[in-house]
Amino acid sequence: MPAVQETIDRVRSIDVDQYKYGFITDIESDKAPKGLNEDIIRFISAKKEEPEWMLEWRLEAYRRWLTMTEPTWARVEYPKIDFNDIYYYSAPKSAPGPKSLDEVDPELLATYEKLGIPLREQEILAGVEPKNRVAVDAVFDSVSVVTTFKEELKKAGVIFCSISEALREHPELVKKYLGSVVPVTDNFYATLNSAVFTDGSFVYVPEGVRCPMELSTYFRINEKNTGQFERTLIIAEKGAYVSYLEGCTAPQRDENQLHAAVVELIALDDAEIKYSTVQNWFPGDKEGKGGIYNFVTKRGDCRGKNSKISWTQVETGSAITWKYPSCILRGDNSRGEFYSIAVSNGYQQIDSGTKMIHLGKNTSSRIISKGISAGKSQNTYRGLVSAHRKASNARNFTQCDSLLIGQDCGAHTVPYIESKNATAVFEHEATTSKISDDQMFYCQQRGLSDEEAVALIVNGFVKDVIQQLPMEFAVEAQKLISISLEGSVG
Amino acid sequence: MLEIKNLHARIAEDGTEILRGIDLVVKPGEVHAIMGPNGSGKSTLSYILAGKDDYEVTEGDIVYNGQSLLELAPDERAAAGVFLAFQYPIEIPGVATMTFLKTALNAQRKARGEEELSTPEFMKRVKDKAGELQITMDMLKRPLNVGFSGGEKKRAEILQMALLQPSLCVLDETDSGLDIDALKVVSDGVNRLRGPDRSFVVITHYQRLLDHIVPDVVHVLSKGRIVKTGGPELALELEKNGYADFVDAAA
Repeated sequence: MPAVQETIDRVRSIDVDQYKYGFITDIESDKAPKGLNEDIIRFISAKKEEPEWMLEWRLEAYRRWLTMTEPTWARVEYPKIDFNDIYYYSAPKSAPGPKSLDEVDPELLATYEKLGIPLREQEILAGVEPKNRVAVDAVFDSVSVVTTFKEELKKAGVIFCSISEALREHPELVKKYLGSVVPVTDNFYATLNSAVFTDGSFVYVPEGVRCPMELSTYFRINEKNTGQFERTLIIAEKGAYVSYLEGCTAPQRDENQLHAAVVELIALDDAEIKYSTVQNWFPGDKEGKGGIYNFVTKRGDCRGKNSKISWTQVETGSAITWKYPSCILRGDNSRGEFYSIAVSNGYQQIDSGTKMIHLGKNTSSRIISKGISAGKSQNTYRGLVSAHRKASNARNFTQCDSLLIGQDCGAHTVPYIESKNATAVFEHEATTSKISDDQMFYCQQRGLSDEEAVALIVNGFVKDVIQQLPMEFAVEAQKLISISLEGSVG
Repeated sequence: MLEIKNLHARIAEDGTEILRGIDLVVKPGEVHAIMGPNGSGKSTLSYILAGKDDYEVTEGDIVYNGQSLLELAPDERAAAGVFLAFQYPIEIPGVATMTFLKTALNAQRKARGEEELSTPEFMKRVKDKAGELQITMDMLKRPLNVGFSGGEKKRAEILQMALLQPSLCVLDETDSGLDIDALKVVSDGVNRLRGPDRSFVVITHYQRLLDHIVPDVVHVLSKGRIVKTGGPELALELEKNGYADFVDAAA
């Protein structure tokens, strides 16, 4: 497996403290003052030239948020966040609305190049087969800088743009669907996001259209003390199909940075949405200093009959991860899937899982969760599978596997199962294992170093989930997992 | 050339002494059989050669091609040409046998400063060797040793040996769990690898393996010491009379 070998080379070339993506791009940014109040929200809304109803929506969320308290039920510990010590808006100065790549700040393009994003259309065209092409909507801090492939998507009738642009160009669509899956009042972080979200992606796939390419967004958190509040909305009309890839990296910072995103997916009759995430934000250094706080609300609504939503995630970064990509199986015969790899090392804390809410008849769901804990990290799977009264013949299969590396880490599984319909069949399987000394010795006897042996065994452990990722992400994901586990043995 | 000098070793965890002064010289091209009753230290010797850290060498040395193996980590020993065919090969779930083979081969090549093999070249080598051992492509797609029968596991060990081309092969009870047909396939695989530059240490309870892999020298191990050394006829004698004579002699 050359990928593993390459990973090892990359691992060798970096130190634990030298987070690979820990460079800071020096670009002047346009910032709102620190802190949060109604004026800041008006400032954001004005900067984005939003319609009046949007501002009202935000203000309402903000007022609601003031009455809410932070959730404490997750198995994570962190010092109290001072929400008035955060910048809620930061945009690269040169950014507002470039017409083409030529107008984009070369420093920005260089940053993306370091991240390996195929931003330049011609490079993609030259290097990759047409069906594997990826359209990238790159988010640099808070503003979408460049959207590629827009023309071709337009031909297919697919709208793929920043949510700010969608608010200006397609306000009726945004108004109809925004907050319809994750209501403004949903939870502390989602409500905060509703008040202050700065940008994110918007995708609309019209009836009967199969999106001609994978859509992709790379998020970057660059500015110091900037909260990143992404808002993503994806709508697949009847019979439509779309696959969306989300990748995240952030430069190294000493201070913890807050990220509270909201992602809403809506699949109508016979539609399918596949949403894949690779998240490798800065996890903090060896002593557990710094790192991203990631409090994310992701939810998909299988609103139509025979619709399908599939979440695949590879989580290797962030100091704290609080994230439960969920499916509401509202339409009859709808299907939800959740495939997850959550890797924690150092002092990382992960509390992640999914919710499969069966409302319609003959709905089915599948959960495959692979947690890998190393170092002094804590890794919790928390999941809910529920069948409501009318959800006859609901089916769920859940498999939660945990792999422990070393003596000082923890793996926890907290499944909730609620069934109000006698015909529902829910299965839950869980395993916890350790990489055994015998496995390590066997691999070493064949010539593998400690790191190579761990990488190989872990890649075997996560194979079921890696297979669900689009090809171009699968290799990247394997590398990331290996890099994240560097220094976890010996 | 392998030279074991006055080797003493104990179990690291509880200090139980297992090897009590082993002396052994294996020249290139030679096949040495080590026989002995249960608990005589045969498997321990194989693990210590490969560098398993469950054991502690308290005295003596193992010199291989002029270098002390005791200073090398297990993967460094592998790259230096030491291969251990396990009595109980370990399962690696989710890792296809083919993937494992390629990872191991390239890790060793890299450690020796050689280029990685291209996929077509690698596939060609695997196919040739696998065919000889009656290993199907289907089996190579399955996770290594997971759900393999006893015979499949041992054949997979020999396949790894054939691919990695070690210069010192240690076979730990490779005949255990094999029926007569499988024993033949495995033995033929080993015999094909015999050559002037490759040495073998074959550890076994039974003479029957040595009917197929004919050794140059036979040693009897008892209570952590070599108590008798002879030619292939020694194995036949053991088969007839059992270990009792030697065990008593050592006591």
